[in-house]
Amino acid sequence: MMAAFLQFGIGLVFGLGLVASGMSNPAKVLNFLDFGAIPAGTWDPSLAFVMAGAVVVTYVGFRAVLSRSRPIFAERFFLPTKRELDLRIVVGPAIFGIGWGLVGFCPGPAFTALGFGSRAAFIFVAAMLLGMGLARLLSILPRLSRLVAPADPLET
Amino acid sequence: MAHTGAVTAFTPVASLIGGVLIGLSAVMLMALTGRIAGVSGIAARLLPPYEDKEFAGRFAFVAGLVAAPLLVLFARGELPEQTIAAGLPLLVIAGFLVGFGSVWGSGCTSGHGVCGVARLSIRSMVATMTFMVTGAATVFVMRHWS
Repeated sequence: MMAAFLQFGIGLVFGLGLVASGMSNPAKVLNFLDFGAIPAGTWDPSLAFVMAGAVVVTYVGFRAVLSRSRPIFAERFFLPTKRELDLRIVVGPAIFGIGWGLVGFCPGPAFTALGFGSRAAFIFVAAMLLGMGLARLLSILPRLSRLVAPADPLET
Repeated sequence: MAHTGAVTAFTPVASLIGGVLIGLSAVMLMALTGRIAGVSGIAARLLPPYEDKEFAGRFAFVAGLVAAPLLVLFARGELPEQTIAAGLPLLVIAGFLVGFGSVWGSGCTSGHGVCGVARLSIRSMVATMTFMVTGAATVFVMRHWS
């Protein structure tokens, strides 16, 4: 309960960061991605500063936090262990980037946009959750069906 | 059709401060729960099937994201600027692509772009470069391809 309460606060700080940085405004995101606007002078490089600020703080902070034996509310740290570059690490982000470039919302700012109360944000988030659900279902389907019928009868 | 969106002002200081807040949030989440602050991963696990008992915390995090502009409204009496130019079909298509792609690629701007890059993960750097390139290419086609 305490952990969930604190996670609300952490989400709030994240959301405030999105609002303060301008990332919650799709027009600003699209103007950052619009490198074709450099000659006209309307390219908005602000988001590079969001990225830089966030990455530097996270780099330093993670080093300090991960040097501890465990997190406060869990037995261990849950860090991605996968190292190899497969097709999915390119195809997934490629698809995500197209959607990002079409409207200017990535998942965080899309949720924060709900708080602005716009109808467009609700439509976007509903479609996004549908896409997320489908992708997750497709990725765990092999694992689920294997529990029912092993692909290889000799495999235990 | 070469449509150009609303011009936005260059805000290096506000954007840097916002970025620092996002970083602090990611560090706090790691310190408390031991998990990466990746919004797509957190949101996707709000949907069934449930493989652990972290639902309440994930829901609270997303609720915090949604509440942020309301706090700004309460503190300053007005919402910050937000311009969404896209119409209904584009919102649905883009939302689906963002949701599907981010989960299929194990992360989005926060999980790969911030946390992964800060962990110097090669996978996250490849992912981040990929969505930057396809995002920029999409904007180029939408705005300058005519």
